[in-house]
Order: sequence, then C-alpha cells, then structure tokens
Amino acid sequence: MVLGRSFEDMCAQMYYRGKMFGFVHLYNGQEAVSTGFVKCLKPEDYVCSTYRDHVHALSKGVPARAVMSELFGKATGICRGQGGSMHMFSKEHGLLGGFAFIGEGIPVATGAAFKTKYEREVLKNDKADAVTVAFFGDGTCNNGQFFECLNMAALWKLPIIFVVENNLWAIGMSHYRATSVPEIWKKGPAFGMPGIHVDGMDVLKVREVALEAVARARRGDGPTLVECETYRFRGHSLADPDELRKPAEKAHYAARDPIIALKKYLLESGLVDETDLRSIDKKIDEIVEDAVEFADASPLPPRSQLLENVFADPKGFGIGPDGKYRCEDPAFTAGTAQV
Amino acid sequence: MRAPPSTVRASKLVTNAVAVKSETASIAATKSGHELLLFEALREGLEEEMERDPRVCVLGEDVGHYGGSYKVTKGLAEKFGDLRVLDTPIAENSFTGMAVGAAMTGLRPIVEGMNMGFLLLAYNQISNNCGMLHYTSGGQFTIPVVIRGPGGVGRQLGAEHSQRLESYFQSVPGLQMVACSTPYNAKGLMKAAIRSENPVILCEHVLLYNLKERIPDEEYVCCLERAELVRPGKDVTILTYSRMRHHVLQAAKSLINKGYDPEIIDIISLKPFDLHTIGNSIKKTHKVLIVEECMRTGGIGASLRASIMDNFWDYLDAPIMCLSSQDVPTPYAGTLEEATVVQPPQIVKAIKQLCG
Repeated sequence: MVLGRSFEDMCAQMYYRGKMFGFVHLYNGQEAVSTGFVKCLKPEDYVCSTYRDHVHALSKGVPARAVMSELFGKATGICRGQGGSMHMFSKEHGLLGGFAFIGEGIPVATGAAFKTKYEREVLKNDKADAVTVAFFGDGTCNNGQFFECLNMAALWKLPIIFVVENNLWAIGMSHYRATSVPEIWKKGPAFGMPGIHVDGMDVLKVREVALEAVARARRGDGPTLVECETYRFRGHSLADPDELRKPAEKAHYAARDPIIALKKYLLESGLVDETDLRSIDKKIDEIVEDAVEFADASPLPPRSQLLENVFADPKGFGIGPDGKYRCEDPAFTAGTAQV
Repeated sequence: MRAPPSTVRASKLVTNAVAVKSETASIAATKSGHELLLFEALREGLEEEMERDPRVCVLGEDVGHYGGSYKVTKGLAEKFGDLRVLDTPIAENSFTGMAVGAAMTGLRPIVEGMNMGFLLLAYNQISNNCGMLHYTSGGQFTIPVVIRGPGGVGRQLGAEHSQRLESYFQSVPGLQMVACSTPYNAKGLMKAAIRSENPVILCEHVLLYNLKERIPDEEYVCCLERAELVRPGKDVTILTYSRMRHHVLQAAKSLINKGYDPEIIDIISLKPFDLHTIGNSIKKTHKVLIVEECMRTGGIGASLRASIMDNFWDYLDAPIMCLSSQDVPTPYAGTLEEATVVQPPQIVKAIKQLCG
C-alpha cells in the first residue's frame, strides 16, 4: 500500500514536471482494495484492471522501474512505451491490462477465467485453477458489458471475482445521480452469485472477503461480486480540477486513510514499532527514487520500434509490389515504411 | 468455353451468382477429391483444425446445439463438447471480449457472428482489444482470434441483415481481413486464419454457402495474404471478391463471347492487399475495373483504388473504374435490392466502356 501511495505521489510530481503525459489516473486512497485482493493471489492468477492501473500492476509484482519507465514513455517500460498510463500489461505477472474504455476489460477477464475452466475440462489439466480478478469502478456498473459478464460468469461458473471499486464518482458524475439502485452488491444475486459489500478503506476487511472469494473461485464454485466502498483522494485524473466533491466528504474519507489505519492497528497491537514502519517507508522511498532514476536514464523508443508489434505475425502487413512480404523490406524494420 | 489451364486453380463458372445445383467442371488436373458445399468446406476446415489443436474452440450464438444458423458448426458440439463449441448468450461485445481474453491466456477461439452485422455490437472489442492489445502490451500478448460470419446482401433479408461491413473493419490497425468465395478457398482460408497468430476477420457471404465444388482430399491451407488469379487474360484487370467474383464470372462469359479477354483476380485478402499479384496484372493489361459489393463511400474499392494509384500509376492507360454497391441501406423490395448491388450487365457495360 505504501509503495502504491508513494508511487502515485511521485507520478503527480513527475507529471507536473513534464516527464509524464496524457491522462494519468491516480489510485491514492484506494490502496486497500488492490493490496487486499492481489496479495491473496498466486503468480499464475490473473488481474484485469482499468485506466487506474498503476497500483494493480505494482501489487501484482510488476517492478516499479518498469511501470515508471512506461509512464515516461521509454523503451524499457513494461509495454515498451507503447501503452502508457492506461495500458499496463504484463504477461509475466498475469496483468491483462490496462484499458481506457470503461467496461471493456471485464469481458477480457471473463475470457481468462473461461480459459481456466477450459483447461480443466477440455485439456484435462486438474491443476489448472488460476483465478481472475477484474477491477473496475462504480461508473462501469451501469455499463452493458458488466451485466453481460455477470450473466456469463455465473452461467458457466467461471473462476472470476468482480471487484467494484466504488469511489462514488465517475469523473464528475456522482454514483447516486447515475444509478437507479446504488447498492451494486445487490446485483450479484440477481445473476446468481453472492454479492458482498465491504469497507474498502480497511485492508484487513478486504483481505478477509478476498480470501473467501478466491477460495470459492478456486474450488470451482463460481464467481463473486464484491463491492468495496472506497474513495480517491485526488481527482479523477491529474487533469481533473475536482471541484464537485464536497470538502466534508473528502475529509470524511481522509480520516479513513487505509495506510494510516493499518499503521495505527499495527502499532496498537504491538506487531511492529515505529522504527519498523520508518524503515519500510525508507525502503519504499528508495524503490520509487530508483524507479524515477531508471526511467529518466532509459532511452526513448527508436523509430524502428514503430511497426514492430502491430502484428504478432508481421506477414499481416502483406505482400508488396515486388512480391516480397513487406516485413522483409528494410524500411519496414527501420520504421520508415509506409504501410 | 475452354477449361482454364491447370496452372490456375479451376474456378467454377456458375450460371448464376448463387449456385445450388452442380453444373460445374471438376478440377482440370485431377478426378479425385470430394464434392461439397461451401458451408461444408468451412466446417471441414474448422473440424480439421479443432482435431489438430485442442486449444481451438468456437463461440457464438447457436453454434453448438443448433449447429450454427448456416450449419457451419453442425455436429461439432456433439463431437467436441459444449465447452469447445460454446453456445453464448446474446452478448456480442462481451463474448467477443471473452474470446480476446481467452486468446491472450492461451486459447485459439473462433468467434462466429450469426450475421456480420451483429458484430457491430462487438466493435468496441474488435477495434480496441483485438486490434490493439498486441501493440499496447508491447508485443507481450498475442490475440490469435478468428472472427467470422456471413455478411453481404442476401435475398430480401432487410437492411440490417444485409450489410456490407468489410469497410467498417478495414481501417482498424492490427487486424487482417480476408473474404472467401469458393469452397476451396473457404476451407483453406479458414484453416489459415485459425493457424495465424494475428486476429483475422473471415468474411463469408450469405448467398454463397450452397456453392458446390470439388476440393482436394489432401490437406491444404491457403495463404491469407495472397490474391487468387481466377482467369488469366490480357485486355483488362478485374479485381473482385466474395459474391461479386461470381457476378464477374457471369459477365465474363458474355464478354469473352464478344471477344474481350479479361484477367480476373479475386483479391481474397481485403486487408492487406496483395499488391504483387494485382500489380503484375496491371502491368500487363494497363486497365483496371474493381467490382465490389461494398458501398462506394470508403469501401474496399476506394482503398484499393488509392493503393493502385500510389503504386502503379505509370502503368495505367485509363482511370481506375470501380463498381460498388449503392450507398443505401439495403431495401427489402426485390427490385430495389437488385439495384443496390452490382449486376453482371453493369460489369459488361463497364468493360466495354473501359476497353472500347
């Protein structure tokens, strides 16, 4: 959680210093949800996110260096600089994205869960039990893809957990102004799966729910819908002036900061002392500083990278007038060919 | 009418654009092989690939127990099971996205759109996810999906079931698109599309499913990027695809009788264009007629014209002619529907105009 918070704070700094561009959506305040769920997963499990994906990536194990580099648009980024803030992917760590459009990641997550079922039942691999966790927000819960996937996941008992990060706001649209039945967890049972409502500012409560949902999915009992009540301390993105949310509401949730809450709990129960916490903070600072240094020092993608990953099989660019596949043309590999 | 030389894969000179009965010549070079209808050829290709690789699966509406609304998947659910031939609820965007997710994590799904038009509902997933994720993930994930289904103008099916959507998908970066037109290339392209690591859209046509042809018994795969030389000639290059190939062939009979010698190329690959086959033809004939079922505005023909001008301007003796369907929603009335699509007499007239 601390890594997430420090990282996101550093992102804001870097953005205002002109090192990071475009739309950057920070996760400050919601760390308990990411940590609570992702830390229950195995490396083979999948996570599918939205544009607010930096911390999901970090929780799943993507190195901070690779994420920061990606944000700076450098060739050493996790997606070679081609994805950016809203498109974090990692095959190695099972991160299926990073999606800019609301809701379009949920079917992808459903497909990954389907693959687990397919592997067990068609490919006869008993050990296949990868679980998929799909994260998305309250705004997405009014989108068709959400409902279509709840239906299919319950119908086929897919090993997926739908995690709603309900931070009450979709940019400037209040959840209550957009939704006829604001209790999102109620929509789970309508489709035949449990719908849980949890305090998303408390990492231990989230973890408790997560462990149960993951175990349920892994045993083959099907999907769960978990609504986490949470809040983003910053605006929707770094471009959002955040004028609509009332100071009282912000103050209420600031008082429930998940990191401060956990620190308090740990200290009060005597599990750690101040020096332990300070050393964690220091370690995190070092990781984040190192990530920035690495990203700064990394090269920008060369022109030759432009056409490289458009097709997995570059024969897809076709046959040129000379009868050779275009991808064999040297101008192609230099990135200067017109395709 | 002489049989075409054996170096060219025999085309079927059908008496009307939708052949139901077989009045067709067998492949000149061989008497072996087996006869089947185009939808059976698609099924054969699909079945062979499903047997070959257990990761290949099909999903779509009514593909399983119903056998597919055009019978392309008939019998496959019984053979391979309900999970490999998955009957989905009516949720195109989501099940196409599901196919993307499954492909990213290791399966090789084929998405059937009951009608290509229904895939408009899946446009979000097709454009954003199928087309883009290999790129935005920096090459980490591959999306080996095949998206297939019948499109084109049928017999009074009404506007929404008679859409010509090739142009809607052609600009999407990261997608390949092919159109089958005979049982031979239908099977070959189906197999090639399934084996490809790229996302491929396989455009079928509602009125061609009952086309009959004798195809080889031996296994074969077509090339996704190569056009098909249907009839060699020297007067004019006619570029076409899908159902219009058969309208062109019908017009060709009349043209040949009148002494013209058209070279007919079925472009097969709608994206990317096979500029080698096309270019070689243009260098020989110096005149081009494109006959397509797509709309005039922004259609495949429009792109092809631009491509030809870019690459072969010096070889052209006349402006490139293009016959496309009208920019109208397909009317229900038979007479109006017929007027929407390019008919053989128009092709004959165009060639006369082009060649004199």
